[in-house]
Amino acid sequence: MRTRHPPSTTWVLPAASLLASVLLWQLLASTRPHLGLITFANAPSPREVLDAGWTLLQSPRLLFHLGHSLARVFAGFAAAAVAGIALGLAIGRFGWARGTLLPPLEVLRPIPAVAWIPLSVLLFPSSEVSMMFITFIGALFPILLATVHGVEGVDARLVASARSLGARRWRVFAEVIVPGAAPAMVTGLAIGMGTCWFCLVTAEMIAGQFGIGYYTWESYTLQNYPDIVVGMLLIGVLGMGSSALVRALGRLAMPWLGAAR
Amino acid sequence: MNAPLPLATTAGRIALDRVSIRVGHGQDAFAAVQDVTLDIAPGEFVCLLGPSGCGKSTLLGALAGHLSPSAGALQVDGASVAGPSPQRGLVFQQHTLFPWRRVIDNVAFGLKMRGEPRAARHAAARELLALVGLAGFENRYPAQLSGGMQQRVEIARVLLGQPRVLLMDEPFGALDALTRLKMQQLLLDVWSRFGTTVVFVTHDIDEALFLADRILVMSPRPGRIVEDLRLPFTRPRDAALSTTADFAALKRHCLALLHHDAPTQPLPRLTPLGAPDVHALQFAI
Repeated sequence: MRTRHPPSTTWVLPAASLLASVLLWQLLASTRPHLGLITFANAPSPREVLDAGWTLLQSPRLLFHLGHSLARVFAGFAAAAVAGIALGLAIGRFGWARGTLLPPLEVLRPIPAVAWIPLSVLLFPSSEVSMMFITFIGALFPILLATVHGVEGVDARLVASARSLGARRWRVFAEVIVPGAAPAMVTGLAIGMGTCWFCLVTAEMIAGQFGIGYYTWESYTLQNYPDIVVGMLLIGVLGMGSSALVRALGRLAMPWLGAAR
Repeated sequence: MNAPLPLATTAGRIALDRVSIRVGHGQDAFAAVQDVTLDIAPGEFVCLLGPSGCGKSTLLGALAGHLSPSAGALQVDGASVAGPSPQRGLVFQQHTLFPWRRVIDNVAFGLKMRGEPRAARHAAARELLALVGLAGFENRYPAQLSGGMQQRVEIARVLLGQPRVLLMDEPFGALDALTRLKMQQLLLDVWSRFGTTVVFVTHDIDEALFLADRILVMSPRPGRIVEDLRLPFTRPRDAALSTTADFAALKRHCLALLHHDAPTQPLPRLTPLGAPDVHALQFAI
């Protein structure tokens, strides 16, 4: 049961918290304290970051970097969505698929996507494709796992009823298993989208020549310190936005979930 | 609803010959039903009455084709039951409507599986929804209905397949008392139009006495038929029946039968799909 708050606290408190965080940042950046383990000597101030962000916004470099990053994420994510859902449906539903496909995937699953970077640079002559592959690996497992769980979670009684009503094997699959697992798939896709960005940025820092992750790293090497934070914030906004987009599309595709009495 | 769907009063004979059913896997397997022989006439309304876990739902699951007997023969209209079929409609205690389909498409599901065009199946579904008192709810999702309405949709969905046999597993067990009474009345009303054979599982003596032509009382596990009781009550019946002396006498009789060899501790409920599921996730995060 959710407690009801007066409408003001629903946005006043978060807004005040965000404002306080910016003020703390400003304080640290202007006083530049050395705290032993951590130093703020080179930390850019909010004002500097804002200016740098404004400059980037007006320059063609923004679209250039963003365009590359978005294309990579889209390609890697789309491939992971197709492969993850197809494999997940098969593994969750069919014993033969579980027996043959699951063992190698279980071995690969604990390996972080970032650890794939050196090998993928060797495997793919095009660095573009190797970065897409890293984002693919990052998104694959969350999507795959969620789909398998979704399929296993489908109520056996729904399957029994469908069969009693005359549905044969493939109709049961299409009419019951797939829609029954759909909410879990969407959750997996949203999580996968988050890991996609995480992996992409790392890959770009190591193997890229453009892209928002590369931009962030380049800013460090060129000592454009405010741009580092601009890049970080952009990555955060894009990651959050694309996950939200996935969830919104999921809600559109599953109108029954919002149906309340 | 002027032109009801065709009646199938001549079909729906059920014959069980020394049927035993084991459920569970490996070492956990046990005999849920043992050596049951019985004959149910077309159009008969039979209640399977017994304590929880006695195997009455198991027997129903075998009739539906979701479980196969370990011994004996199980026939409907002379044909052996091999797998589920729309001819033997099954209604569970909790509805099994597809949450992602609107009410009308849930009801029309069986016709869709048969390849009927959309307009025809919607027309048929609409007709049946009206019959169970749900005209106007076609475009709701199941989650937007009350428990009683969900069961009415479920019944409509099963009836649309024009089953020879209607199998019901404590279908009103999860409803409140008042809704249950209304649903019993509705079921009798619908049954009087369709005339299908009904096998209705319940552990509620009043419910069995109110609904049935005939009550088969089952023993605790392994379930056997210990009494075959034909009820003398005329139809149509109304709620006042439960206050008559005959009703009270039969109720005492049933109570004595059920009390006779009650198990020391209640057994877990079985389902028409076998033993209660202990489903372990093999691919844990």
